[in-house]
Amino acid sequence: MPEDIKAHITGVVFQIVAHPGDRVDAGDPVIVLESMKMEIPVESPRPGAVKEIRVQEGQTVQEGDTVAVLE
Amino acid sequence: MSSTLRLRKVLIANRGEIARRIIRACRRLGVASAAVYSDADEGAPHVRDADEAVAIGRAPARQSYLSIDAVLDAARRVGADAIHPGYGFLSENWRFAQACRDAGLTFVGPSPEAIRLMGDKIEARRLMAAAGVPVLPGSEGPVHDAAEAERVAAHVGYPVLLKAAGGGGGIGMARVDGVAGLATAYATARRRAEAAFGDPALYVERYAERARHVEVQVFGDGQGRVVHLHERECSLQRRHQKLVEESPAPGLPSRTKDGLTGAAVAGARAIGYANAGTMEFLVDAAGDFWFLEMNARLQVEHPVTEEVTGLDLVIAQLRVAAGEPLPWGQEEIAQEGAAIECRVYAEDPAKGFLPSPGTISALVLPEGEGIRVECGVAAGSVVSVHYDPLLLKLVARAGTRAEAIAGMEGALAACVVEGVKTTIPFLRRVMAHPDFRRGAVHTQMVEQGAFNA
Repeated sequence: MPEDIKAHITGVVFQIVAHPGDRVDAGDPVIVLESMKMEIPVESPRPGAVKEIRVQEGQTVQEGDTVAVLE
Repeated sequence: MSSTLRLRKVLIANRGEIARRIIRACRRLGVASAAVYSDADEGAPHVRDADEAVAIGRAPARQSYLSIDAVLDAARRVGADAIHPGYGFLSENWRFAQACRDAGLTFVGPSPEAIRLMGDKIEARRLMAAAGVPVLPGSEGPVHDAAEAERVAAHVGYPVLLKAAGGGGGIGMARVDGVAGLATAYATARRRAEAAFGDPALYVERYAERARHVEVQVFGDGQGRVVHLHERECSLQRRHQKLVEESPAPGLPSRTKDGLTGAAVAGARAIGYANAGTMEFLVDAAGDFWFLEMNARLQVEHPVTEEVTGLDLVIAQLRVAAGEPLPWGQEEIAQEGAAIECRVYAEDPAKGFLPSPGTISALVLPEGEGIRVECGVAAGSVVSVHYDPLLLKLVARAGTRAEAIAGMEGALAACVVEGVKTTIPFLRRVMAHPDFRRGAVHTQMVEQGAFNA
């Protein structure tokens, strides 16, 4: 079942770590946000394959926004 | 105090509380002040405080506060003859200091040469060791590969720290507890150092367990005359960023205190240091100490030094930058009473100090005898993702440390910041904690959870 990965803070997308098709484990960073001079990874909640990345580097995301989707 | 300062107008290349602090000093000296601001800071308190203000670009710092061209252009537009960089942003960028000099502007800070030397952490370590300042056992220079790091680590003993040559502040730093973790940590730290500083070079230092971070405020005239303004205890940190600072450092043996201040002055003198700077040290339980790094700028925590000495560091910075001699001799600089600073950040201490951007819906600042507030925001201010999360600093001064803690407890209780999460609840737990109250602190306490709710 697909599952949305949501940003847990507001920030700017600093780096996209995982790409569609990549296998990730629970706790693996999918993207890295930059907020207030800190780099904060958004992690996968469970093992799975990345279906979709919904953001681009440099984009601002709000807390609760979907940044990626797991298969 | 005479106001015949050679400077006429100072551009402040910063924002928030430190920009306001510098504007205040300019006003006391009768010097005009010019603020700069990004799109995100239009109408910010520091913009309103200044005599005039110039827009310098978009919200991301690289397009505004970190843009040397934009800042120099603003200085030209307002006809400033000096630039105060504050802390952070361009303050320790030697190219910026050099660009100011090339443009005929007075840079309120040390020389580009001193900034460059102290920015190269390996070179700084070497220079300080040569000046007789104790440094932690470690590699002579950069290590060339993981195998060399392993040889040095085996020699000095684990745990060790891998540190970036290109910059401080804990970035690219990795603790290694044994040979098993070294190769992986070396690769990661190299990558991070390259990303942060454009220089992957690493060096190795022994890791001092349960040490305290104690630093010494120094001030030089660039001609070899250097005084110190005593020490600050800054052990309570998260992610190598300070949360609480105080002066004096509680319970510091007098032999250690004298050793620290002597080493700090000798180190700063050895490089012909000009203006305000800070020599940072680690102090272990036995009272032995080692040089960490030198910050070639005004520190966030300078107010605790001002409160116990009764001296104004920013005014002194402006005077010395204008070519005046050091305003005080060493014998005039006394440390009296005790002062504590608490940093109120827009962070959620319940979630590992995650950033908490947002809009400040309500703000009540404490006041009272011995309470000083340095605040960069107002009700309605947007706390942006683009900048450091420091909102304001509370400083409490009293005759004794216990009274200063009591004053700080009152100030924290009276301080209301709504709309974003802040470190205030955490800071209240620190003030109430028995270990803090007896001055038994070390640099890992916060991350070990000593003050968790």
